[in-house]
Amino acid sequence: MQPWQTSDPITLHEIANEIRKSVISSLSEAKSGHLGGSLGLADIFTALYFSRLVHDPGNPAWPNRDRVILSIGHVAPVLYATLAHSGYFPLEELKTLRKLGSRLQGHPGRDHGLPGLELSAGSLGQGLSVAVGMAIAAKMDHKNHKIYCIHGDGELQEGSIWEAAMSASHHMLDNLIAIVDRNGLQIDGKTEDVMKLEPLADKWRSFGWEVIQCDGNDMEQILMAFTQAGITQNRPVVIIAKTIMGKGIRSIEGDYRWHGKVPSEEQREEFFREVEGVEKS
Amino acid sequence: MINRGSRATKTGFGEGLLEAGLRNSEVFCIGADITASVGCNLFADALPQRFISLGIAEQNCIGVAAGLALEGKIPVFSTYGVFAAHRAMDQIRVSVCYNNLHVVIGGAHAGVSVGPDGATHQALEDLAMMRVLPNMTVLSPCDATQTRLATIAAIEKCKGPVYLRFGREAMPDFTDIDQDFEIGKSQLLRDGNDLTIIATGHLVWRAVLAAEILESGGIHARVINMHTIKPIDKDAIILAANETGAILAAEEHQVNGGLGSAVAEVVVQQLPVPMAFVGMPDRFGESGEPGQLMEKFGMTAEAIAETGKRLLIRKMEMARFKLPSDSYKKTSAG
Repeated sequence: MQPWQTSDPITLHEIANEIRKSVISSLSEAKSGHLGGSLGLADIFTALYFSRLVHDPGNPAWPNRDRVILSIGHVAPVLYATLAHSGYFPLEELKTLRKLGSRLQGHPGRDHGLPGLELSAGSLGQGLSVAVGMAIAAKMDHKNHKIYCIHGDGELQEGSIWEAAMSASHHMLDNLIAIVDRNGLQIDGKTEDVMKLEPLADKWRSFGWEVIQCDGNDMEQILMAFTQAGITQNRPVVIIAKTIMGKGIRSIEGDYRWHGKVPSEEQREEFFREVEGVEKS
Repeated sequence: MINRGSRATKTGFGEGLLEAGLRNSEVFCIGADITASVGCNLFADALPQRFISLGIAEQNCIGVAAGLALEGKIPVFSTYGVFAAHRAMDQIRVSVCYNNLHVVIGGAHAGVSVGPDGATHQALEDLAMMRVLPNMTVLSPCDATQTRLATIAAIEKCKGPVYLRFGREAMPDFTDIDQDFEIGKSQLLRDGNDLTIIATGHLVWRAVLAAEILESGGIHARVINMHTIKPIDKDAIILAANETGAILAAEEHQVNGGLGSAVAEVVVQQLPVPMAFVGMPDRFGESGEPGQLMEKFGMTAEAIAETGKRLLIRKMEMARFKLPSDSYKKTSAG
């Protein structure tokens, strides 16, 4: 654990809200992008980078680091904000999101050289396969690091996810932890209306995965889920984290129209106050 | 040019893969069920600990290959070209090419010479699909000997993604065993100054025979083996356009988007000369014996020679009348 990492839920909660504010600012500067999912995932990203991950922002290519694969490239703002707050690059750079020449591409692109970014991604359903490849490589090399792969729930409608899921349990990849952002929403509406996913836990179990369910906006539950995931043997683990899209800003929480929307300048101030309000409550 | 006997190019792929695998313990092979059918059985038998079976799931195979490559491994994934290039196209585009990862993709069962299996299994669009992708290298060697060398080069010399195309049917094995094989550098198989036949894959040997037919009629055809579709050997194309004034492209692939298009892109930009195309005329293949299908679709030595003759006539007409308006109609079908 790095000296600045912590397992104190209150401190982590405060960091998560700082990350939320960075997400709001960078998206408001960018004038396009995906706010809802990024806010909903802020707690999970904070728990990962500020508590769980074995990593060194000063040495992003350290071979023994844990890997984080973002399969849903559209929530790049929360990844970027978390990387910046962890010290991978200056916070100032978050302002360049989606702008010409920026290392912060609309969907993550490694070719622009952003430190801490493991994979260029944006086409849904591909990350888990890449994570499986990384997990197999770690096994072959007898290395102990973990591979975390972050998914949306709507993304699970892609068939390639289930090809990858099948292969992960076949190859007994207990160094692989998938995290599903189960906010129940996608662009056209509720996942269960667009294309039913339930019974989701049973689906993963039948594919040979250990399933852990938690509230993805409750820091203590997230940390507990990670601990449980870390001790599972001989099979991959999926954490189905129930989250609220837009979490932290009451006026937009659970509103799927905020999947791909960004705040105006006036809204930015209002959203900031809401996040700070949450902090105080 | 001596035909030492017939061998399938997939045999060369299997040999090259095993050789590179024995030399470097970071080389991995990914199997999608049809291991022996695509030439990977030699590797799987000799190095089972580095053979990863992933079943009939091409999209996942490509993604896993990307993950292995990110960790410094050299993954080789081979399946039929139709599945490799088409089923997993998006994974190849984003996970492999956008990340610029050294993944070697073997595309087996190239062209109509696949035969009785019919259209679904005959890869005829793969070169077009793969060559439009940024960062991708596309190889299409002409015989088993060269495919072995191309496979080794793809694994040992390349840094980014590679698509390597090969066939199933036994075809003449004729290139030198100790040839210099360099990615991006075409081979001059026969010199001539009346026209140039630029061929790839199975049609290279037929192009050599076509040149012999033309020679017996007093026509001196140059023959170039374009084993690398991307990056294409521009210098050889420009030289051919300059010195022979007419170029015929021959491939076991759609005329649209493959070798012929790649050559034409160079010709029209650098030194426009009349061209003709031998290949699939924007249609699917069908069942039949390989020889029958090659004949039906104009991929025999005789048909290539005939197209060459018509191209030469057009070249001479154009020289005399300076671009007659109907000159394209006469030779465009290929």
